Amino acid sequence: MTATTSASASDAGSNMTVPLIEARAVTRILPGIVPTTLVRDINLRIDANEFIAITGPSGSGKSSLLYLLGLLDLPTSGEVLIKGKATSRMSEKERALTRLSTLGFVFQFHFLLPEFTILDNVTLPMRALGALPADAMRDRGRELLSSFGLADHIDKRPDQLSGGQRQRVAVARALANEPLIILADEPTGSLDSKSSEQVFQVLRHIVDDHGKTVVAVTHHLGLAERMDRRIELIDGAISSDEIAARV
Amino acid sequence: MNLTLDIAWTHVRTRLRQTGFAIAGVATGVGFSIMMASLMQGSQDDFTSRLVNTLPHITTNDERRLPPKQPAEAVFAAVEFHGLTPEARRPGIKNPMAMIASLEGWLPGGVAPSVKVQAIIRYANRDIATSVIGIDPTRESKVSELPKQMRGATLAALYRATNAIVLGDRLAEKIGARIGANITIQTSEGARINARVVGFFHTGLRQVDESTAYVLAKTGQILAHQTGLINELRVRVNDPMIAREVAQRIENDSGYKSVSWEEAHEDLLSTFVIRNIIMYTVVGAILLVASFGTYNIVSTITHEKARDIAIMKSLGMSEVTVRTIFVIEAMIIGIVGALAGFSLGYLLCVVLGSVEIKNPFIDSNHLPLTYSYKHYLLAGLAALTSSVAAGYLPARKAARAHPVDIIRGAT
Repeated sequence: MTATTSASASDAGSNMTVPLIEARAVTRILPGIVPTTLVRDINLRIDANEFIAITGPSGSGKSSLLYLLGLLDLPTSGEVLIKGKATSRMSEKERALTRLSTLGFVFQFHFLLPEFTILDNVTLPMRALGALPADAMRDRGRELLSSFGLADHIDKRPDQLSGGQRQRVAVARALANEPLIILADEPTGSLDSKSSEQVFQVLRHIVDDHGKTVVAVTHHLGLAERMDRRIELIDGAISSDEIAARV
Repeated sequence: MNLTLDIAWTHVRTRLRQTGFAIAGVATGVGFSIMMASLMQGSQDDFTSRLVNTLPHITTNDERRLPPKQPAEAVFAAVEFHGLTPEARRPGIKNPMAMIASLEGWLPGGVAPSVKVQAIIRYANRDIATSVIGIDPTRESKVSELPKQMRGATLAALYRATNAIVLGDRLAEKIGARIGANITIQTSEGARINARVVGFFHTGLRQVDESTAYVLAKTGQILAHQTGLINELRVRVNDPMIAREVAQRIENDSGYKSVSWEEAHEDLLSTFVIRNIIMYTVVGAILLVASFGTYNIVSTITHEKARDIAIMKSLGMSEVTVRTIFVIEAMIIGIVGALAGFSLGYLLCVVLGSVEIKNPFIDSNHLPLTYSYKHYLLAGLAALTSSVAAGYLPARKAARAHPVDIIRGAT
């Protein structure tokens, strides 16, 4: 259970350690005949071991902010820093490597590669990074899937699993390279309430037991209220940033 | 297995029907290209070998490309002679035996003297203009395939009768002469002799077979009204491809006009260049069409795999890695297609080579085909290159796709 306290983003980031992710005056405008502002003047600090919900009405810029924080998109102005390092001048290859080693993504749809087994899907980021020998990768993949209750399914293909199971595989894949931060875009958006709860528990588990930071965009206010910090966006700007004191 | 290779292989393997069609397209292109190249090269080689084998590689005669300088021209710079009437009598090659001995000193091949006379052959009220060549049968094997091309007799039969003559088989057919027939040979100088047909020859070149006859050199000299005349040296070199250079050297050394087989048939050989351009254009077009199949399959895969591309990029795979996956897929199609095409091409050649044809203009009953690894190599490389090029374009487009756009579209 959590209880909301009146803490602000600046208060939350007042400690002296380097934040995992920091957004400094980030604005993203989509060019076009009529330019569209997705997010504007976002200042945000995300530290280790946080469980953050980004909420807001449709079109408020929640996912856009997540993609900017995850280096999948570049700000029109401002800067996103990962562990204190500015990213706007990084090459495509450097950003890719940062995503591979530091960030993990979970989307509304699982986006598992359908031709591969779930074990292959989980080991995919490890193979792309190439930091471990093949056996170690497979062992770690099995271990991750076991910890999410999927030990009996490692040789199955994604289409042989339920929606909740697939999403848990997607979370396991996001954790494959032991990233510091998991960025989740509506991770329960396409799931029923039971599967949503399972996935939420998995995310809670990786914050509490693995010490990771999870930033999740969600429409589900019930779930958002159970997270440690809630950032609300309206019209592309942060309207509130609250920390809930855990009881 | 390497990650990019593993993903590429899985994409190709799980789309067997589409991949099969793309491979079949490349294989057909490669197979037919090999067959065409084999056929074109075969017919060209067949024709060239007939040209090379039938005639001496170089013919040096007693003419000069430019008239020799007159003494007055040598002394006075202002003097020029134009329109000089050449001698009616052919002068012949001076000191032919000394020249032959000199040539044999450096020439990579053989030399034989001959007397060439233009004459009319008369038999059974038929008159045919013919080149009568007086030869030395013992030396002829050094400069031509004539001894092997004899029909019904050997070249030595020229010694068995007074004024014996060997006719081209088509010439004999034209005048209706058989072995033992007595024919009349008459020249424009007024020489007229009766000769006995002792054999026929067949070179396979119609032009030669219907307008050439061989006699002994002595008989040729009688027809030319010049005792001891040698007006042609016939040369055969070990490598026919150096004939042009050797002819040039003989001409430079002796001053006599020396014509290589390539120069003599320049017009025919130039048609081969055009033929080859046509062949390579057609082969290129076939492979281009085949590459459309590869483009199609890789485009389809990249289109179908847009979400996978997005997730791979969001996971941290670089553009190069994603592009490499699809280029590898195109390479797999190209390589497997080329290998299948090699088998198809070989089979097509075997089938084509076994087809029996009857054509009065060619001697062989089968189409001439040349089996060369170069055809396979060229077709394989072209197929692989066109496949990779066809795969690269959609792969580049796919790799450049912004993952956010795809993810937003998917959701």
